[in-house]
Parts: sequence; C-alpha cells; structure tokens
Amino acid sequence: MQEGTIISARDLDLYYGENQALKKISLDIPERQVTALIGPSGCGKSTFLKTLNRMNDLVPNVRIEGLVEYRGQDIYMPKLDVTWLRRHVGMVFQKANPFPMSIYDNIAYGPRTHGIRSRKALDEIVERSLRGAAIWDEVKDRLKKPALSLSGGQQQRICIARALAVEPDVLLMDEATSALDPISTSKIEELIADLKKQYTIIIVTHNMQQAVRISDKCAFFLMGQLVEFGDTTQLFSMPQDKRTEEYITGRFG
Amino acid sequence: MEPKSKKRVIYDRTLRALLWFCAALTCLLLAFLIGYIFVNGIPHITWQLLSTQPSFREDTIGILPNLINTLCLIFGTLLIVLPLGAGAAVYLTEYARNRRVVAAIEFAAETLSGIPSILFGLVGMLFFCEFLGWGGSIRAGILTMAIMVLPTIIRTTQESLKSVPQSFREASLGLGSGKWHMIRTAVLPSSVEGIVTGYILAIGRILGESAALLFTAGSASILSANLGQTLTSSGGTLSVALYMYVSERGEMEVGFAIAAILMILALVLNLSAKLAGKKLKR
Repeated sequence: MQEGTIISARDLDLYYGENQALKKISLDIPERQVTALIGPSGCGKSTFLKTLNRMNDLVPNVRIEGLVEYRGQDIYMPKLDVTWLRRHVGMVFQKANPFPMSIYDNIAYGPRTHGIRSRKALDEIVERSLRGAAIWDEVKDRLKKPALSLSGGQQQRICIARALAVEPDVLLMDEATSALDPISTSKIEELIADLKKQYTIIIVTHNMQQAVRISDKCAFFLMGQLVEFGDTTQLFSMPQDKRTEEYITGRFG
Repeated sequence: MEPKSKKRVIYDRTLRALLWFCAALTCLLLAFLIGYIFVNGIPHITWQLLSTQPSFREDTIGILPNLINTLCLIFGTLLIVLPLGAGAAVYLTEYARNRRVVAAIEFAAETLSGIPSILFGLVGMLFFCEFLGWGGSIRAGILTMAIMVLPTIIRTTQESLKSVPQSFREASLGLGSGKWHMIRTAVLPSSVEGIVTGYILAIGRILGESAALLFTAGSASILSANLGQTLTSSGGTLSVALYMYVSERGEMEVGFAIAAILMILALVLNLSAKLAGKKLKR
C-alpha cells in the first residue's frame, strides 16, 4: 500500500447473481483528497463506491471477491463490525433522504445511535455539523422544523451534515448533486473543496466538468473495469487510454 | 371556445356529478344507519342497564358482564396480537431472506384473513374448549380471536412497513446503525399510522364477532369475582348478548341500546388507538 492511501482495493470482483458488475478493480484512494469516479451509466462506479462501506450488503445475491482495505483493515473479513466501518466511511446518497423528523433530530440521529445522550453534547455536534455543511446560517432559527420542509439543495446539505455528525473519516458521495439545481450544486461543490481539508472524499459523478472542478484524482470506469486512474488534470489533459479519451471528449457515454 | 372542448366540459361535469352522487349516497346511508341506531338505542340506555347483571328474580336486564367480557376479549387479544403480529411482520419484511417463502406466507395470510370467522370458531371450540378442556371461556375466546385477527394484523403491518422508503433504511444503516436500531428509529416511526390502522380493524372485527365467540367464549352474562375467574368462565360479549336478547327473548329495546353502546365503544377505542399512535410517533 502506498503512503497516504486510506482505502485500497485489490483485484475486486463483484457479481450480482450471474452478472459480473466489477472486474478485477485495483485502486488506491489517497487520504484527504477528492477522488472522482466517472464513467457511463452502468459502468460499475456506483457499485464500486458502495463496496467501500458495504452498502452492497443490502442487495440480495451479491458476491464479492478480492480485497478492500480501509486503513489496512480488510473490510470484508467475516468478523468485521459493519457498523464500525460505516461510522468511519459515511455516505451521502443521490437523492437527499432526510428522515421525516426535525432538522435537529436528523443531525442528532447518528450521534444518538452511537450512544451520545447529553443534550449539551448533541447541541454542539448539531451546530458543528450544520456549520461544516455550510447550512447553519440558513437553518439555525428553525432547528425544530421538519427537515422535509427545506428545499432539495438544503436537504442534501442536511444529509451531508448528518453524515458529518458521526465524525467519519471518509465521505462517499453517490451523485450527490445530480438531482440539484446549478446554484445548490455549486454550493455543495464549494463545500466539498472545504471538507477535503478534514475528510477523504470519494464522489461518483456523471458530470465531467464537475469532476474536473472538484477532484484531485479521477478514476474512469467502463463496463465494470477500471480503465484509467490518475491525477484529474493529467487524466483530462493527457489520457493514457484511448477509451478514456473517447469518453471525456464526449464520443460516447 | 372550440366545440370539441365544450364536449369535454360537459363530459367532465357529468362525471363529477356522478361521483358526487356516489359520495353523497354513501354518506347518507351511513348517517341514516347511525342516526337510526342512536335514536332507537340511546333512550334505552339506563344506568341500571349499564351497571348490573341480569336478574331473573327481579326480571331486570343488565349488560355490565357483557361489557366487561367485551373489554377483556379486546384487550386480551391485543395483548397477544400486538407483539406477535408486529414481530412476525417485522421479521417477514425486514429480516427474512427467502423471498419465495415470504410470498407464500403472505398469500396464506391473505387467504386466512378472508375466511369466514365461524371456521376459526369451530377450530377454536374443538381445540381450546374440547381438546384442552377449557370449556366455553373467555380465554378460549381470546385465543380464537387472536388466531383470527393475526393474519390481518400481519398483512397490514407488513404493508405499512413496505411503504417506508428504502432510502430511510439506507440513510440509517449508512450512519452506522445496527439493523434493529434502524428498524426501531427509521422504519417503525414512519409506519406507525398504518400499523395502528391494522389494529383498529382488528378491534372492529372482535367487537363485531358473534358466531365464533358463541362457540368458544359462550354467552353467559354473570359477573365474576375477579379477572382470573372472568377469563376461565363462559361469558358473552356485547355482540353475542345483542344476538341473544333479540333472537331468544325478543328484547328489541335492549338490542338497540347495545347497538348504540357498541358504536360508542368502537368510536372510543379507535380514537384512543389513533391517539396512542400519535404519541408513539414522537
């Protein structure tokens, strides 16, 4: 494993029943950087993202071979505590999915899950997380209001704040801005740039401009294979693989 | 305005009128039924009727024992069915892996909830009263009712669990919740209303049941000394008493009085179930 690598996949194969969705993926994700996963629909980028905190466990008939390590820990070893993993490798989903509770309770959900009961501690975490997700000023006067009363972009930032509240190490974002308007999207992009000082961020995106704007590293997936992985500027200016070049110049996808 | 759109307007108005008529007729029928029962029943509800047991010596009729029996049956059944039904439904929707077995169980439960209640009464009588030797007793009635309403409870609970968006589950698990914690904090609160509806339906079925209870719980109208005695002795519910008074003794006035009380009881129980649901949601 390279120095500064936080998550590393080795020869990862994933099957949905008979169908192989990931083929021999090997990838080292650097700490405190933004890594973007790009590729056409169905190329396996979301699937790969979900293997990193084992959200694929929820899908029936999934079979995984190969190795995924988080900080040197094999996350598919039988005795591993999945809740421990997910606490450290948090996730923000494509569609904002706040719980039908107040803003406050949404953010406090994770910490409460992990046993924090003190009102004072929760208040602090809620404020810090909402500030971290750059939404504190917009909601500080209505923390008791239902989170579902917010706009789509605000809901997504609530979900980011909710993920931050459990103090994760890595944040997985599965097309977290694809359902948002341009202004909300740029707010979240700014947020990501800010968050990478503290967190490792892995983001799946359909939007290549977005990948260029926000990511340090970029991985191009095609039909379940990792075609190319490298510095974003490098990958977009001088792609090593013909297929990468064709994709980023818009010839397919 | 173009001619074509005029046609559409007429079509639209006709349909709207038809739908209005359907709704109005339904409401009218219901209002008539409720009004008829209250007008005929309420004047005959007396303190003596509510607070005594029937006496042949003094030739009076009282339905206190039946009221107690009804409440015992309802709460006894709920006590069994609440944990069992909710537990089974949660297991089937959230934990069970084998989709085919679950589908088979769901189909069986649906079929069972459509079976005439007298069949449950017959089986209950043969098993609890005869085989276990409990005789006609409230406890036999409770268990029979529990078996009768369980399929319905399981299905309605399952449906309300299924209506909770998958994204809530993902969000909760993604934050590091264990499975049960996820169910308790993210799934159950969002489905409480649907679950409560299931229990309200079950209460309604128990309140209205007569034949199956006549078989298993009997029809006695005698006050017992304590709860244990109530459970082990024969006792008719209000619906059974209504049937007995009207068909065996021709007491129409008592019949209507009981009918009115049954409606009030249904209202009170449903309202408290709704209220409990709201409390639970928070």
